[in-house]
Amino acid sequence: MATSSTPTTVGPAGFPWSPQAVLRRLRGGDAIAHMVTLVFAAMVLLITVLLVGQLWVHSSASRAQFGWHFLTTSVWDPVFDNYGALTFLYGTIVTTVLALVIAVPLGLGAAIFLSELAPPKISAGLSFVVDLLAAVPSVIYGLLAIFTLLKPLSTTVEPFLKRTLGFLPLFQGPAYGVGFLAAGLVLAIMIVPYIVSVSREVLLSVPGDQREAALGLGATRWETTWKVVVPYARTGIMGSVFLSMARALGETMAVTMVIGNTPKISASLFAPGYTIAAVIANEFAEATGTLYVSALIELGLVLFLLTFILNGVARLMMAATQTRGGGGRT
Amino acid sequence: MKKMLLALSLCLGLASFLAADNPVQLNAAGATFPNPIYSKWFDEYHKMMSNVEINYQSIGSGGGIRQLEAHTVDFGASDMPMNDQQLQQAGFKILHFPTVLGAAVPSYNVPGVSTDLKFTQHALAGIYMGTITKWNDPEITKVNPGVNLPNADIVVIHRSEASGTTFIWTDFLAKASDDWKNKIGSNASINWPVGLGGKGNEGVTGLLKNTPGSIGYVELIYAIQNNIPYGEVQNSSGMFVKASIDSVTAAAAAAAKTMPDDFRVSITNAPGKTAYPISSFTWLLIPAQIQDAGKRDIIKGFLKWMLTDGQKDCAGLSYAPLPAPVVAKELKAISLIQ
Repeated sequence: MATSSTPTTVGPAGFPWSPQAVLRRLRGGDAIAHMVTLVFAAMVLLITVLLVGQLWVHSSASRAQFGWHFLTTSVWDPVFDNYGALTFLYGTIVTTVLALVIAVPLGLGAAIFLSELAPPKISAGLSFVVDLLAAVPSVIYGLLAIFTLLKPLSTTVEPFLKRTLGFLPLFQGPAYGVGFLAAGLVLAIMIVPYIVSVSREVLLSVPGDQREAALGLGATRWETTWKVVVPYARTGIMGSVFLSMARALGETMAVTMVIGNTPKISASLFAPGYTIAAVIANEFAEATGTLYVSALIELGLVLFLLTFILNGVARLMMAATQTRGGGGRT
Repeated sequence: MKKMLLALSLCLGLASFLAADNPVQLNAAGATFPNPIYSKWFDEYHKMMSNVEINYQSIGSGGGIRQLEAHTVDFGASDMPMNDQQLQQAGFKILHFPTVLGAAVPSYNVPGVSTDLKFTQHALAGIYMGTITKWNDPEITKVNPGVNLPNADIVVIHRSEASGTTFIWTDFLAKASDDWKNKIGSNASINWPVGLGGKGNEGVTGLLKNTPGSIGYVELIYAIQNNIPYGEVQNSSGMFVKASIDSVTAAAAAAAKTMPDDFRVSITNAPGKTAYPISSFTWLLIPAQIQDAGKRDIIKGFLKWMLTDGQKDCAGLSYAPLPAPVVAKELKAISLIQ
């Protein structure tokens, strides 16, 4: 833009960075837009860094006291000041995995139906409803779960599972209604709308000539969908799954209402458990004493790192599938 | 020029108008249990003294103590008395003033039982420690003759979040059982040996309703207002007492004789035939030294009003009022605020 003046200092690649040159360039709209958007992007990064910094600093007492044992101890005793994250890590991971196991087939199937197999009017209408579901606050899901989910679980579903699949340790033990199964179900209901709406968009954006080419080669409708369209949209679908996983990991209110809030590790899905987000929500307000508060903040740091690592793995997986070919979008 | 003078005089007039009123705002934060009655008191006090506004936030006892220590609030409120370590950590002297009484009651859902069950102290401690696991355990049946207690598992329910009610309950259990005191202890939030956690009184009640054979503890006011059936507990004199406003106040009255001057006392398992053993005070935490003379006078005035006229509001909200000996002692202690 301002290459006519002779710059006094020259930066990288000969870019004129002298004060006069910068000021001159600022009068152009492009440069202002560049700087403003750069500042916004930097602010997002700054907020994340500050967040992690605060978590790190305020958990220092607990980290100093427990070190790595914090991640492997399953005790949580506010009276004798002995804390460990294992039971909460277990609960978080179990409920999230259970939610994904239930929600992904359901969500993907619904998305395939809505994008490939449904008449356009039904598709548009149902998609609208699904998008509304995604906007419902999580507390409402928790309340709904208490009133509509717990009773059938304890009287019908869990006894049925015990009778048929009771030889598996997953389905043993007394059936209270509250527990890992209830929490997993609530989380699944909450993340299905995300999977459906994003996957549907991605499937709809697969180019028509892919489908036509498959049909032209003699594939049936279902073969086209399952073997051509879905693999093409693989990356986007995986993106939606990991987005829902991130939501499930951090979900607080709906989970704490139905999980039984007991910091114990059990193999059975009928048993009550606890998650990181639930224990922080329950105990932080009344926590007194530096070590107690610091342990809760360290739990927050653990959850942040868990989400960070899982998202990183997700990104790597998506990048890997992309390079293996099959088109796909990010 | 004229416009400037007009604007200036308007501003001065407005400023003098505001200055004449001189509203004082105090901030307080803390316990959730007494929030309904504190809200009512602060509102009534503001109606009486229109230039005084006390803003109370029920963020929890722990939060109240933290904010008081950080000097972001003028006074705090807590369902548990501060212990010596916390008082030392605060760095300045904090006075405790009991305001109302609360209690925890045992509620249960036993199929086939519709009468009030009686519980001994050992029974409650054993149930919550997991050593008593069946409803027809001798410890329960021996004090409930004629009641058909089934051979069903006891499902224990407790509070999931930290709560003053948990503190009252565990404080009582620590006195009922040495094992409990040594191994588990008492606090707003503890390491429960057994049981499911329900969120809030509502969560516990919901779990109770849906789980046959369950037992849980709820706050007395909640039980009264929601018509939840609850049982009787044996007090230190051996009598089985059902919690009520009168029996809770009786517990405080009985404890008044041996009450320490700083009011940091636990009144669970109080002596007296009619005393309900699972009762407790809730306290206002006032700094002993308040620099601002205006705020100091307001706080002292409010305390005096709360202890005399304010107590009349308790009945309407189902809180147990303070007994007369405690009120007298507190009125004297107000002079300690300098």
